[in-house]
Amino acid sequence: MQNKNNKMKYLVPLISVLLGLLIGGIIMLVSGYQPVEAYVALFQGIFGGSYYAGETIRQMSPLILSGLAVAFAFRTGLFNIGVEGQLLVGWLASVYVGIFVDAPAIIHIPLAILAAGAAGALWGSVPGILKARFKVHEVITTIMMNYIALYSTNEIIRNFMLAPGERTENIKESASLASPFLQSITEYSTLHYGIIVALIAAVIMWFLLWRTTLGYELRAVGFNQHASQYAGINVSKNIVLSMAISGAFAGIAGSMEGLGTYQYMTINAAFTGVGFDGIAVALLGANSAIGVVLGAALFGGLKIGALNMQSIAGVPTELVGVVIALIIFFVACSYIVHWLMNRVNKGGKI
Amino acid sequence: MSFMDILALIVPAAIVSAAPLIFTALGGVFSERSGVVNIGLEGLMLFGAFIGAVTIYYGEQLGLGGASPWVSFVVAMIVGALFASIHAVASISLKADQVVSGVAINFLAAGLAIFLTKKIFNAGQTPVISERISKSDIPFLSDIPVIGKLFFSNAYLTSYLAVFVALIVWYVLYKTPFGLRLRSVGEHPMAADTMGINVTKTRYIGVLLSGALAGLGGAVYVASISGNFTHSTITGQGFMALAAMIFGKWHPLGALGAALFFGLAQAISISGTQIPGLQDIPKVFLLIAPYVLTILALAGLVGRADAPKALGTPYEKGKR
Repeated sequence: MQNKNNKMKYLVPLISVLLGLLIGGIIMLVSGYQPVEAYVALFQGIFGGSYYAGETIRQMSPLILSGLAVAFAFRTGLFNIGVEGQLLVGWLASVYVGIFVDAPAIIHIPLAILAAGAAGALWGSVPGILKARFKVHEVITTIMMNYIALYSTNEIIRNFMLAPGERTENIKESASLASPFLQSITEYSTLHYGIIVALIAAVIMWFLLWRTTLGYELRAVGFNQHASQYAGINVSKNIVLSMAISGAFAGIAGSMEGLGTYQYMTINAAFTGVGFDGIAVALLGANSAIGVVLGAALFGGLKIGALNMQSIAGVPTELVGVVIALIIFFVACSYIVHWLMNRVNKGGKI
Repeated sequence: MSFMDILALIVPAAIVSAAPLIFTALGGVFSERSGVVNIGLEGLMLFGAFIGAVTIYYGEQLGLGGASPWVSFVVAMIVGALFASIHAVASISLKADQVVSGVAINFLAAGLAIFLTKKIFNAGQTPVISERISKSDIPFLSDIPVIGKLFFSNAYLTSYLAVFVALIVWYVLYKTPFGLRLRSVGEHPMAADTMGINVTKTRYIGVLLSGALAGLGGAVYVASISGNFTHSTITGQGFMALAAMIFGKWHPLGALGAALFFGLAQAISISGTQIPGLQDIPKVFLLIAPYVLTILALAGLVGRADAPKALGTPYEKGKR
């Protein structure tokens, strides 16, 4: 039984991805595109050369972190839809430190990243406190906090940090994660050192959850609040902590954009989408650190590959959004996958 | 600027921006009162807006003229219900996490709507429609002093329809056997099941109705406010409708009031610069007001908001 469960853990995401791609192909076929040509172009756009690889890895960094944020909260039984907002305040905080602080790179970069993490943690802890103190469901509050973050960060940029072009100034070079070296080995993609930060964060999440008392308590609360309470675990404290740590990951995801990809922050008309993609990444990765990294690789790859798919096969990039949505559906309805597996297994026996 | 001029500027604008929110929030009431969380309102509204824009455009081409927006409302409701059926199947029959399924609905609607827009029109947006819902004065009522000028002149028919539908939803939920069943399924599905109410069927109806009303909300937004569909037509109105539903304590008339209030905040944030006294208030406070208020309401600081008891939990027969 244990063995079978383990197998299912890998099979559900795998089958979901295949079903998602399959239905995506059917949608293309129905709307008059060439699915085979499109998917070939898509995968060439991910693997066909070091430039594409560089772009995919660059895209992965914030996705890993936003995925970790969602997964971490999930482990404590909390659904953090507020990654998007925590990411925005983190982005702003990192850019603020990047512009207004003077320090050598060895201090400046960690300081800016920590500022992003702290801002995200602060933003994430608000729904945590509301949940712990007033029993308000975190899904609603985090959604509301997203919009508050979007409008507030825009207002702060507009009033205090505005540069021509609806954005802030560029950050100082000493805070930048940009890497001429990484760019030169990837045919001048926009790859930066952020991926290292993201991977370190993945290790930290794994260590926190599985190798510390805090992690044990957080997971216990996720499994059963009442039992944890009875065992002497402070449930309220753990809920706030979990949201704060989750928010910190999300805030650091924002610093990937601020210190790495863009080097500044724009006035955003709408959400970046990275935070919402984090939900997909965490679900696909079964809320484990390694799963999140793999999930981010897949979705980051799909997003970058979509550009090539559009230019070669003429299929709008949005198809990838549809495929990702379908994958989430199938993972969420793992019931179908279980049912299919049972059918196949039974068929094999008879 | 006199006080009346200010009101005459703000109130009609508030009512206009509130109408799509009212429809969508009412949809949310149906779904959540039956016990199914519907984060997917945003996506359902977005798809309704897309369908609305496409139907009105082709309605004009086919010579339907002024009737095309109304035809589009019906089509958007049907398609919205169909789209919501995905959420219904996932969260009711397949017992998927309702929040996750709602998130997937949002992704799917956004991806599919833009994908189809690009496929059909070869552009990132639908053509701008010429047959909008037109503003008109309501005969007789607009002649009433004070009130007539504020509420019954220069307004869209859809706004009155929204208020009317809210009254109907209230009647259905609180005065009919179906409404009682729907609410009981959301509060205590097992007790309802024992009394012979089909929990699955009732929840399906709740979710499909939410899809229809959210689709209608999206189509009304296109027909009265935006005039076409782009990737930025629906950005958060669905979530604001969700907030209105919660701020209105899952009650149709409460949702109506909250949506009107949020509409007022939006109207002030747009035309506030022309109003003495409000000019000095930073716009951002008005923009975030609906969300802050919703959080405060949930925290019990602005009147306690309690969700239906069985909200978010799939019903399994025989489970204790």
